[in-house]
Amino acid sequence: MIKLEKINKTYQVGDSPLRALADVSLNIEPGEYLSIMGPSGSGKSTLLNMIGLLDRPDSGRYWFDQIATEELNEERRAHLRGENIGFIFQSFHLINRLTAFENIELPMMLAGLPLKQRRIAVADVLAMVGLSDRASHKPNQLSGGQLQRVAIARAIVMRPRLLLADEPTGNLDSRSGAEVIDVLEKLNQDGITLITVTHDQKLGDRARRHIRMVDGMIDRDQGGFSVTPENSDMPENSPEPKNSPEPTKSPEPTKSHQPTKSNDETI
Amino acid sequence: MKLFDQLVFNRQVFLRHRVRTLLMLLAVAIGVASVILLTSLGEGARGYVDREFSALGNRILIVLPGRKETTGGGPPMYGASPRDLTLEDANALGRIPGVLAVAPIVAGTTTISHSSRSREVITLGSTAAFFAVRQLQVGAGTLLSARAESEPLAVAVLGVKVKRELFGSSRALGQWVRVGDRRMRVVGVLEERGESLGLDMRDMLVIPVRTAEQLFDSPGLFRILLDIAPSADSDKIKEKILNVIRKRHDGEEDVTVISQDSMLAAFDNILATLTMAIAAISSISLLVAGILIMNISLISVSQRRQEIGLLKAIGASSRQIKQLFIGESLMLISMGSAVGISFAFALIALFAGLWPSFPLQPPVWAVPAALLVAFGTGLVFSIMPAKRAAALDPVLALRGML
Repeated sequence: MIKLEKINKTYQVGDSPLRALADVSLNIEPGEYLSIMGPSGSGKSTLLNMIGLLDRPDSGRYWFDQIATEELNEERRAHLRGENIGFIFQSFHLINRLTAFENIELPMMLAGLPLKQRRIAVADVLAMVGLSDRASHKPNQLSGGQLQRVAIARAIVMRPRLLLADEPTGNLDSRSGAEVIDVLEKLNQDGITLITVTHDQKLGDRARRHIRMVDGMIDRDQGGFSVTPENSDMPENSPEPKNSPEPTKSPEPTKSHQPTKSNDETI
Repeated sequence: MKLFDQLVFNRQVFLRHRVRTLLMLLAVAIGVASVILLTSLGEGARGYVDREFSALGNRILIVLPGRKETTGGGPPMYGASPRDLTLEDANALGRIPGVLAVAPIVAGTTTISHSSRSREVITLGSTAAFFAVRQLQVGAGTLLSARAESEPLAVAVLGVKVKRELFGSSRALGQWVRVGDRRMRVVGVLEERGESLGLDMRDMLVIPVRTAEQLFDSPGLFRILLDIAPSADSDKIKEKILNVIRKRHDGEEDVTVISQDSMLAAFDNILATLTMAIAAISSISLLVAGILIMNISLISVSQRRQEIGLLKAIGASSRQIKQLFIGESLMLISMGSAVGISFAFALIALFAGLWPSFPLQPPVWAVPAALLVAFGTGLVFSIMPAKRAAALDPVLALRGML
């Protein structure tokens, strides 16, 4: 689904260039649950933005569903992003003047979809995140956990196949955080590809595949379908066995964590 | 993104930032209103002059001795010609169909005195028709009689100012005055009336044309005024005048015919140019409004960085972001223009009620011009903020790092 090949990105920070991504190659299959961790400045957010088509690499190639994205113009990239990728942010990024409903329908509005279709889809995703009764509330009338769930609803309203979460629980207390993770993992079980960037070791450990980044390179890659743990993740390794049934077969640790979290919720 | 959705989206932005929206609206409204009001002031002045002109002398043709090629502008005061224009010429012109009245004029300067006071005045020798053609009325006494056309009567009609300076507030009618070397009786005093066609009728003396000929010892006319019928074609009459003169002057076409239309046209030109200049000046206020919109939009862009970053992340292209911000400006300008136009027309209506004699009249192009300038500046000045918004790095914007 996602194939990065020798992606490089350098930022100019003051006088000295900062190499945010150095020859990063990565394969992600549909339905994977993947966490990217690493110290600040290790390039994990840059990688997330690269995958999310928000940023362009200086060099290297990126295929999204066999589409060579570096050849697309801004318009097409925006389109691809809107249709296929949902974003979730640490600070929610809901627009305060808009109600929950209006926030959620924004991606569909940008895509030019008719109001009727938007109503149905928004009602659908609101039910999915358990906020059907909050549709007409403005962000200042909602709690942190609810805000992030609205943001998730917005991220999935276009039925994307890839969900990118940047510190999704960073601004939440543990209980709301657990609610949010619950929703995200349910979505992953339903087949969506989920990538989270986090500092939170506990949250990172819940993913089936763990990527650790240091100095713009992939330092460790564990639990994925691609066997090579090194950053020298050669493109030849990508045509690995097609592991489509794999996502539903969640590893043990994830399963064992979930009940305890949901217990916290009910307390 | 659908247009309707964008309108709804922008409306929500306006509702959220009421004060800011109101201020920008006001700036545009003031600009548009000032363009319309100031141009209607110019156009009103033009209409006023037009009406004054037509009130002044229905339709006048002026025949001057000597050939002049100049059209428009004020009539030349003196013409030099080898062949004089005579009273007989004037009478011949009077027989042209379509000419209602002929007023031959002999002009000169004389000294007029009464008891110890004396004064140099412009003296016009003419006939009763002169008063009709120039639409002059007497304030007291009578005008020149019909007999004054053919006989050198010793009578005079005084301008108001001349009367005042010679007689003060005492009665002038029936008094004798000395004009040059003759004694004449004052039969009338002209009504107070402003300057017209470059002659101050208050500071003037009118005597019978034959008397003036003798006084100045000259058979030549200074000019001939012709009052033509409103239905007549002034160009055709001009042609006929020249024919008559050519016949009488041995084939020489040695006169110049000036129509009031041509003078009016000159005034019209001047005032129209003035109105355009006023419009250009008032457009500056729209320019200022445009700059205000740009500044506030720039502030808005920096305040809404996170929103812009978000919109990009959820699928908005740079073009859509640009479209959103430019659309916002255009919506503001539409609303501001609507307010400004209504305000301007309300004020014009109010003015018309207060000063019916000087109605403000917006020229037909005022509203389109104001709108054009408003939308032009709005568009130009919103492109920069919109571009800045579109160029925003979504990653940094979302992290609040810009």
